[in-house]
Amino acid sequence: MVNRGWRSWGPPVLLILPSLILIGVFVYGLIGVNFNTSLTDQHHRIGGDVAYVGFDNYRTLFQDDTFVYSLKNLLKYTGAFLVGTLVMGFLWAWLLEKGVKGEGFFRAVYLFPMAVSFIASGVVWRWLLNNAEGDRAGGLNRLFDQVGLGFLQNQWWTDPNWGVVAIALPAVWQLSGYVMALFLAGFRGIPDELREAARVDGASEWQLYRHVIFPQLSPVALSAIVIVGHMSLKVFDLIMAIAGQTNYTTQVPAIQMWVEFTRGDYARSAAIGTILLVIVAFLIIPYLVYTYRQERLTR
Amino acid sequence: MNRTRRAMSAMVAAGALVLLAACGGSDSDGNNDGSSDGAAASGEVEVFTWWAEGSEKAGLDALVGVFNDQYPDIKFVNGAVAGGAGSDAKNVLASRLQTNDPPGTFQAHAGAELTDYINNGQIEDLTQMYEDNGWNEYFPQTLLDRLEQDGKIYSVPSNIHRANVVWANPAVLEDAGVDPKATYASLDEWIADLQKIKAAGSIPLSIATDWTQVHLFETVLLADLGADGYNGLWDGTTDWAGAEVGAALEDYQTLFELTNQDRQSLDWPDATQLVIDGDAAFNVMGDWAVAAFEEQGKKLGTDYLAYPVPGTDGVFDFLADSFTLPVGAPDPATTEAWLSTVASPEGQTAFNMKKGSIPANIEADTSGFGDYQQTAIDSYANDDIVSSLAHGAAAPISWLTDITSAVAKYGSTGDLGGFQDDLAAAAERNAG
Repeated sequence: MVNRGWRSWGPPVLLILPSLILIGVFVYGLIGVNFNTSLTDQHHRIGGDVAYVGFDNYRTLFQDDTFVYSLKNLLKYTGAFLVGTLVMGFLWAWLLEKGVKGEGFFRAVYLFPMAVSFIASGVVWRWLLNNAEGDRAGGLNRLFDQVGLGFLQNQWWTDPNWGVVAIALPAVWQLSGYVMALFLAGFRGIPDELREAARVDGASEWQLYRHVIFPQLSPVALSAIVIVGHMSLKVFDLIMAIAGQTNYTTQVPAIQMWVEFTRGDYARSAAIGTILLVIVAFLIIPYLVYTYRQERLTR
Repeated sequence: MNRTRRAMSAMVAAGALVLLAACGGSDSDGNNDGSSDGAAASGEVEVFTWWAEGSEKAGLDALVGVFNDQYPDIKFVNGAVAGGAGSDAKNVLASRLQTNDPPGTFQAHAGAELTDYINNGQIEDLTQMYEDNGWNEYFPQTLLDRLEQDGKIYSVPSNIHRANVVWANPAVLEDAGVDPKATYASLDEWIADLQKIKAAGSIPLSIATDWTQVHLFETVLLADLGADGYNGLWDGTTDWAGAEVGAALEDYQTLFELTNQDRQSLDWPDATQLVIDGDAAFNVMGDWAVAAFEEQGKKLGTDYLAYPVPGTDGVFDFLADSFTLPVGAPDPATTEAWLSTVASPEGQTAFNMKKGSIPANIEADTSGFGDYQQTAIDSYANDDIVSSLAHGAAAPISWLTDITSAVAKYGSTGDLGGFQDDLAAAAERNAG
């Protein structure tokens, strides 16, 4: 009996055991170590005597104006990035859905920016988003000036209130194509019969979208929000390439984590890392719960 | 360390013997390097730097040339790590030191940047080595004072740069009706002329991203507080929250408003280029900028001017690279050999000629150096020497990081009161 039990569940367990151990040690184990470090006073590269200080590091972080500012920045950036990619992605998918000629070509064109690394595109966008105005203007400001839209010239990422939203511009440019692909797949997944049935029942075009298409697309939209959202929360490379790590207007937690790490303040850096993880978890865990429930329902 | 090394050599030698016996050959020179004991000048030294390209690499190569002449039996091992203006190298170094795998010697800015290494017990006190080798005679006493921490010296400077230099384009000055030959005793006089240049439509003072703003800020502090007041900022005798610093901040604000708007998008070569191209009148930058002028065929005195930042005449705001002896270095004798080449007049001349800086060693032969360097060499020998903030000599890295973020924040928000609060908080957090 024991033997038969082992035969049935033994091999699968053995098969997943290596990855289980690796992930356990290198992901969850290190998350634990990181959390542990964040509770200590290891503010130097080599601590010697390290003492536990409870949640002091978190307390100082939330009392630090710059950190609070960076959290607000992250919120603004994520908002702009999400809205931007969802709107652009949906729009493109919808246009392609409508049956544009050369769909394959456009699909490739829109999807292609995703293949470029954030660092590489960041270097170019750093130049495009140059904040000089008037005679010394470069990049987009220069373009605005030349086509008679001089009033559109602005400070881009150096604006203290909305600067970080300018960083979302290249991010939207890169990720919209991906969201488009997701929506396009969603559209293709809706059987024509459903649309025909709705039309036969006399639904207007808007009603068709409102009551038939959108509900069918909502799981896709949710996936897109989770995927783009968690990328946005972890933004680092784009800001490093465009604005650098010291620039104030584009401070986000990931940049601060790096600054604290390079100065050797491991405890603070670990605390920021933990906060980031918690923020991302707020997004991911409800999604996982939701998909888990969906899967159980369909089973 | 030494013991394991010996054991290793013994094993290598034994292995070689077994091999020889097995082959039955008579060739017996296979174990010569392995058995040398390292007390004399032989073996190898790994030199860890971030000098991987350009004039820095050329300087390092020249220095290695001298080293090979002076210590032909020691093998130089290049441990350079490129990238990130040294920050990548520093991260690699931190992990090597943590795992007790130090290089033979590593590059670090001289002065307070070494504090963390000292507190962590990662580098050796070199005071005795200075005395034994007579290096105290090589360097000016004011520099040695700045290098000392609690009466001990931990590194050997290889080169000197000056931070408090202002670069000017005389043509732009003339166009704005400003006399290019004017000398400015104080920041106020200078600011008056900067206003004229602004009225004439040029950029009065060019600046670039955050660290160059810290660089400007430090020279303003130096001009308004004087050398003693400026030094006091780092040992606690000058109050960051006080009225004197407040007045300096107001001058900084005035200067800052006279700079170019696109500063955040630029790095220092761009800001210097604005002066070279005649778009801007002045630029405050360390004297590595001289290379940019020289490369483009500009002549000192006619095409560009260079003098101490107004209000800082007679003060030499220094920064220097230096080499250390890590605790647990594989072979301290070879490290000492490297350090002695670094300190030597020949090594300093060869290195600095290529790198474009000036020798820290006042006995070094400087006859072949350029026009600007000659003026710097002269000031270096005669002026008061103070430590640069922006380049790691005045304050530990952690403090500099806090000051940089305060300067960057001020640059975006323009909140002067908040700026001083941030600076005072940074001082409290990092001092002592």
